[in-house]
Amino acid sequence: MNERIVESRVYVLEDNIDTDQIIPACYLNLVPTIEAEYAKLGSYALCGLPETYPPFIAENQTKTEYGIIVAGRNFGCGSSREHAPIALGAAGVLAVVAESFARIFFRNVIATGELFPIMSEKRLCDLLTTGETVRLDLERYELTSLGDDTVFSLKNLGAAAPVIAAGGLFAYARQTGMIPAHK
Amino acid sequence: MTDLPKMTLTEKIMARAAGVALARPDDNIWVKADILLTHDVCGPGTIGVFEREFGRDARVWSREGVVIIPDHYIFTADEKAHRNIDTLREFVSRQDLPHYYDPGTPDYRGVCHVALPQEGHVRPGEVIFGTDSHTCTHGALGAFATGIGNTDAGFVMGTGRLLLKVPPTLRFLLDGELQNGVMAKDIILRIIGDIGVDGANYCAMEFSGSTIDGLSIEERMTICNMAIEAGAKNGIMAADTKAENYVRRRTRRPYTRVAGDPGAEVAGEHRYAAETLVPCVAGPHLPSNYMPVAEGRDITIDRVYIGSCTGGKLTDFKAAARILAGHKVAVDTYLVPATAEVARGLATETIDGKPLKTIFAEAGCLDPAPPSCAACLGGPTDTFGRTRGSETVVSTTNRNFIGRMGSKQSSIYLASPLTAAASAVRGRLTDPRDFI
Repeated sequence: MNERIVESRVYVLEDNIDTDQIIPACYLNLVPTIEAEYAKLGSYALCGLPETYPPFIAENQTKTEYGIIVAGRNFGCGSSREHAPIALGAAGVLAVVAESFARIFFRNVIATGELFPIMSEKRLCDLLTTGETVRLDLERYELTSLGDDTVFSLKNLGAAAPVIAAGGLFAYARQTGMIPAHK
Repeated sequence: MTDLPKMTLTEKIMARAAGVALARPDDNIWVKADILLTHDVCGPGTIGVFEREFGRDARVWSREGVVIIPDHYIFTADEKAHRNIDTLREFVSRQDLPHYYDPGTPDYRGVCHVALPQEGHVRPGEVIFGTDSHTCTHGALGAFATGIGNTDAGFVMGTGRLLLKVPPTLRFLLDGELQNGVMAKDIILRIIGDIGVDGANYCAMEFSGSTIDGLSIEERMTICNMAIEAGAKNGIMAADTKAENYVRRRTRRPYTRVAGDPGAEVAGEHRYAAETLVPCVAGPHLPSNYMPVAEGRDITIDRVYIGSCTGGKLTDFKAAARILAGHKVAVDTYLVPATAEVARGLATETIDGKPLKTIFAEAGCLDPAPPSCAACLGGPTDTFGRTRGSETVVSTTNRNFIGRMGSKQSSIYLASPLTAAASAVRGRLTDPRDFI
């Protein structure tokens, strides 16, 4: 995740999207550190959503056409399963922009470096619709709806910023001398 | 030490584990682990991270500290589930780990959050990390315990430390005596109903008061187990004599009990008079959908499920048996004891001279399954009790998210074992006070 400015179509979700919806428990037999199973987890991302949502991943595809998820409050509540941020990352999600995140999910996103967890100032899930294209600018902490050029401000990453900038927990710990550097 | 600001129980344990004099909310500190718990669905990934980052020849930070309790996908034909347990076995043997509870052997225990304290791995004042969100259960014995992901766990496995933000404490004071028919599950469902599923996000939930003092250790665990359902980092209760007796019966390892400073500053305080609490449920599809059972008497149900880390302890089965003795169930009633110790208890514990197991059989419940997480989280398609259609279930588990027990069309009402049993008899949501 080095791109600080990305353009992508958004997929819009509401409040309390839990980890069972992000990756149902029947797929937790897949081990994220095994390459083929990492990809497989991606293909099941968000398949636990109610049928009222459009498919997140098109039929016969393994990746999503939506690079940015926009959600309401408490995104990722529930389980500590790291399979959840990994499924989203493996499906091609670059960032989740939510009103707020559940703690463990937020932490897992940062530790894995799979994607950017960004909090919005406004409740963007009421203002954007699935399929529209936005520009996410993490230099200026802004999200722009490219349809009408409306600009929404985002919160900066705070204490998590240095860990994300380093590329995850292990990279951060090596950078700060907590664990020895890779040989 | 009067010059230091006062600290809550959580802050004090964290400060001690970080080797600092003072821990304040939002401080980021490196905290030493006493225990790292993992299981079959997150263990293989944790091992994968550990070996990728530290090398295949690396040793875990502490052989005593790593506890591996497979429990999720045990009684299934799923090949990957079996492969994952083989991964654990191979790692345990290579690292020569003493605390592994192997499926298919007499060492097998079952649900990790009930087995961990039963086997003496939870001690007051210690720091417990687990690759499972319900690790917060262990705060019931005065430990700081929190759920983490595989990457964090791989880091702990190699270093014995983790960078943590100190959570602000929300204090829940419960005083007085519970009405007959009201259990710990009713307390925590009411609290989550009041504050919402993110009402304690990032916070420590500290429970105290005479009502908590009066609860058994297992009932206290029911409450701390569901702190995560309000988004909390940890749930915690100060260890008292009851807690210490429980711990000392199970381990000889020394520990240092920690007490919070009286008058320590908290981020919020909620008070409850126990007499005002009633039997309740959390309706589909969030644990915060609080409703007194009495208001849901028209809701017919298809199934009752008694099991899991929050609702499959011996106390839970005793409570259910109290209602079911002398009655017949009107719907399929699934029983999954959390651990082997609980399963044995079904045979040895009696009510009026009758073993619980016999009471359940005479009431027409399905034969109890062997201990595991089973359908609490759906699991592989051949999991015992997994929902397949549009069943309405009353369950003593901790989550009622869409699809949580298998089918996206099914609806789950979370309830105490008393409410679950009373509802099983009538085939609709039923206040257990109708029976006692």
